[in-house]
Amino acid sequence: MAAGFKTAEPLEYHRSFLKENCRPDGRELSEFRTTTLNIGSITTADGSALVKMGNTTIICGIKAELANPTVDAPGKGYIVPNVDLPPLCSSRFRPGPPGEQAQAASQFIADVIESSEVIETEDLCIDRGKLCWVLYCDIMCLDYDGNILDAAVVALLAALRNTQLPEVTVNKETSTPEVNFEKRHRLHIHKHPVGTSFCVFDDSVLIVDPTAEEESLSTAQLTVVTDEDDRLCSLHKPGGSSMSGEKLQECINRATARQREIQKLIEKVTHSVTTAQ
Amino acid sequence: MMEVSASSVSLREFGCEQTLLSRPDGSASFVQGDTSVMAGVYGPAEVKVSKEIYDRATLEVLIQPKVGLPGVRERSQEQCVRETCEAALLLSLHPRSSLTLILQVLHDDGSLLGCCLNAACMALMDAGLSMSCLFCGVSCAITADGRIITDPTAAQEKESRALMTFAIDSTERRVIMSSTKGSFSVHELQQCIAVSQKASEKIFHFYRDSVRRRYSKNL
Repeated sequence: MAAGFKTAEPLEYHRSFLKENCRPDGRELSEFRTTTLNIGSITTADGSALVKMGNTTIICGIKAELANPTVDAPGKGYIVPNVDLPPLCSSRFRPGPPGEQAQAASQFIADVIESSEVIETEDLCIDRGKLCWVLYCDIMCLDYDGNILDAAVVALLAALRNTQLPEVTVNKETSTPEVNFEKRHRLHIHKHPVGTSFCVFDDSVLIVDPTAEEESLSTAQLTVVTDEDDRLCSLHKPGGSSMSGEKLQECINRATARQREIQKLIEKVTHSVTTAQ
Repeated sequence: MMEVSASSVSLREFGCEQTLLSRPDGSASFVQGDTSVMAGVYGPAEVKVSKEIYDRATLEVLIQPKVGLPGVRERSQEQCVRETCEAALLLSLHPRSSLTLILQVLHDDGSLLGCCLNAACMALMDAGLSMSCLFCGVSCAITADGRIITDPTAAQEKESRALMTFAIDSTERRVIMSSTKGSFSVHELQQCIAVSQKASEKIFHFYRDSVRRRYSKNL
């Protein structure tokens, strides 16, 4: 009976739960799904992390390459994020060039990296005007069950924490770079941005960490990114039903609490990996 | 809610012209200072079967930059404009049909996304599509010393430490869309929202004047 109701009237089905302040999967309105984090999952990458939030699975691999700095920023390296939503992760994505959602997600991640200053791009410079690191951050969704932006930010942050760059010295005589793979050092992470996504149901009910089904039935979505100093790095609301300043404040308060939880999780996992080695 | 006096909100000179193109069903050009965007709306027209939605119209938004091909940034802006328009338009009045909104950037001198939103709203209005409310775009920049500049120029945007663009609706002055760059405190955000809401009044007033002027000529 319940299954038939869910298929025939999905919106009514969700409403009947929201009226009782809970959700079909048993969560409260402001409750996240269980988040699990695995770092260093890809041994061939310079840094990697796998994040699961409920069924949503995101993997992030970081590849460092040597490149010439751009002419207008000779003292800086650069970071190239890319979000891939392959047909594997959900039936809504088709093979071929990235769709609008994947492109918008890539832009969002690029904006978060720039706004939060998680890494100072000056740190990536090896020889001013001549040599720098470029970090390719490839974020791939393996299982799409909503809220990929939050999972992608956590995966990116954990992978950056996990990244170890080999030492590079520039040979003065031949002016060619020499890479010492034996000696690696970690990236300096300046900030810990964490995203928190919300969905608005029927222009009024706010729920956190939506599943794919909740996302498709909602009237608006928004993502708040905060760092450990409670500064906002992004308030991304592409559209949908309008919200007052007070409602946004509620979201921000939840986001700051979430930032603490995730930062603790990343610290814990990083610590357990380093002690295991 | 913070109090903002109307005099503290300064916007650049506005300009708007509607029905300037003959082929689209609705068109408008919107000028804010030196920033200029032209918008055209086609529809409701037939929709591709793959994009058909059974209970409402499919809205497609295309942003064409002044030079080069649209890239990832434009895609992300298109998403913002599309979802804002979807919130305002009564799309369920035209099920299984398509609406196309094309925004051609003529010149970018800051507050581009805001100007795109304003041009989009004027073009939708010109096309005679039913909307539940109007919307307008307001950009705010926070300078290094913490001042808030509304409707910044490209030079002011470059010097600022944070830039935010909001879409405000005309009925309750609430935030439909928000897109930000740079980091800022919660207090600064709330201040910017309050300033944008104040600025939106001026823009909606301009909308009214502009439409009134246009229809007084035709009658």
